[in-house]
Amino acid sequence: MAAVIETHELTKIYGRQKAVDHLTFEVRQGEIFGFLGPNGAGKTTTILMLLGLSEPTSGNSRVLGFDPVREPLKVKERVGFMPENVGFYDDMTARSNLQYVARLNSLPDSQSKKRIDDALEKVKLANEANKPVGAYSRGMRQRLGIAEVLIKNPKLIILDEPTMGLDPEGINSVLELIKSLSVEEGISVLLCSHLLHQTQKVCDRVGILNRGRLVAKGTIEELAREGIQAELASANGRGTPADRRGLISLEDIYMRYFKEE
Amino acid sequence: MFTIFRKEIADHFNSTRFLILFCLVIGVALLTTYTVSMNLRSEISGGAKIEYLFLMLFTTSGQFFSLIQFIAFFGPLIGIIMGFDAINRERSAGTLSKLLSQPVYRDAIINAKFLAGIATISIMFVSLVLLLSGLGMVAIGVVPSGQEAARLAVYMLISIAYVGFWLGMAILFSIILRSIGTAALASVALWIFVSFFVGFGSGLIADVIAPTDQNNPELMLKNARIAGAISRVSPVNLYSDATSTIMDPYRKTTKSFVLVGPMEKISMSRFNSALSLWQSILVVAPYLTTLVALTAVCFAVSYLVFMRQEVRSI
Ligand SMILES: Nc1ncnc2c1ncn2[C@@H]1O[C@H](COP(=O)(O)OP(=O)(O)OP(=O)(O)O)[C@@H](O)[C@H]1O
Ligand SMILES: [Mg+2]
Repeated sequence: MAAVIETHELTKIYGRQKAVDHLTFEVRQGEIFGFLGPNGAGKTTTILMLLGLSEPTSGNSRVLGFDPVREPLKVKERVGFMPENVGFYDDMTARSNLQYVARLNSLPDSQSKKRIDDALEKVKLANEANKPVGAYSRGMRQRLGIAEVLIKNPKLIILDEPTMGLDPEGINSVLELIKSLSVEEGISVLLCSHLLHQTQKVCDRVGILNRGRLVAKGTIEELAREGIQAELASANGRGTPADRRGLISLEDIYMRYFKEE
Repeated sequence: MFTIFRKEIADHFNSTRFLILFCLVIGVALLTTYTVSMNLRSEISGGAKIEYLFLMLFTTSGQFFSLIQFIAFFGPLIGIIMGFDAINRERSAGTLSKLLSQPVYRDAIINAKFLAGIATISIMFVSLVLLLSGLGMVAIGVVPSGQEAARLAVYMLISIAYVGFWLGMAILFSIILRSIGTAALASVALWIFVSFFVGFGSGLIADVIAPTDQNNPELMLKNARIAGAISRVSPVNLYSDATSTIMDPYRKTTKSFVLVGPMEKISMSRFNSALSLWQSILVVAPYLTTLVALTAVCFAVSYLVFMRQEVRSI
């Protein structure tokens, strides 16, 4: 399958700190790739480089076949990005917020009308479309952020912490929404989060990032298997038998990687 | 870029604070013009025809100040209020990173914001001057001559550059300072400093460089010249010097802005001949250039800082 995102030895150094350290990974067409890691792992930094919003210190990347450093506009035209703290113009309605984004993407109003309606329908905000966004709850804002991303009709969406600040129910509904976008529309998703056990349910593959380095990559099953092997080798039978039978959760794998550091 | 421009303009005209400010300016201006025109009418009644009567509507002081003094003083506030949260509000609301992830050039954002501010200021000034002229025509019954209209146009141009400078200043602060409150305070502080203290300061510095001597007129002249040069660092002085020259054809130089009553002015005109429009423009051209250059510097610095700034909101 073709890759929609490819990075090669991508590195970003702030002062003396390596925020992203020789990162090489790829996101394949149509999959949901979970980009996981604790706070400060370098997830946001990586995304900013993928969108051409921040220049890598070294290494390179390709997003939908374009180099974000050379052709940031081409990337931005095609990729839907939802930043960490989605912001809206609070005094404008949801619809006019989306319309503004549509205009920034040079969509004529005649075309954008339908797209906005569709997007709002998908995130179940059609009934609240004419409320000012200032009156929205956290969960509604998050869903509106996803609607906004859909306005471009993107092949690839990048979501930075889409579940931040939501209650378990909110998290589930957002994740289900993401899953359905991927399944029904074939959109590839790069999903950043530090919440593992929630996100692992929807991710096809994950990459685990710590201190700028990719410490693990693969499907959950693969990681779990590796985790068990390592666990068996190192723990000499400690832990419950259930773990060893493959019920190990991503969380355990995750913890294992970070304890070593 | 046009999309952002359009939104910014709409934002300006919809914002409450802009409307309040606009009403305030219009209200004070109307009041001043009204009192001035009443005074003028009573003083000129029966007298001979006076040249440039129409312009006196703007230069004569009403109760406390003339219209152009009012704008000189209040104009900066208009610019500051329109610009002090241009970028940092978007940054703190999280809309900046969204804007930057859309397919627009980064400089389009700041260009559009600046241009939208200038356009709003222009609309404001044009409507203000037209309104006041209309009122003046009705009140004193004089129609402006072509030359007077041209002078008014130059006056508007200078005013727009002047407020534009403050707008650029405020936008610069809104880029450098992440907190909206700090940016507002910083711009207002600069405004007060430039409006009030540069005047005093220039006198002080001039005294230090060239101490005056009551008996030596040459030294006193030198002192005054130095003070004048230093005070011209301040855009407020630049502006009031320039506008009083263009609006008052009898002023040959841009030096010291002395208030003269209408009758004195009329009697002065008996003995002096007026500067032609072209001559007046020549006198103020350097001032206008300096104002525009100052604005350009502000904008250029803002532009550079903004283009290099990290995207992530902190
Ligand atoms: N402008 C900057 N200057 C210096 N260091 C920075 C800068 N931006 C980020 N960093 C550092 O880079 C590292 C990676 O930050 P990043 O925001 O990418 O982490 P993250 O994985 O997105 O974390 P979170 O889960 O908290 O969002 C952090 O240690 C941070 O301190
Ligand atoms: Mg982050």
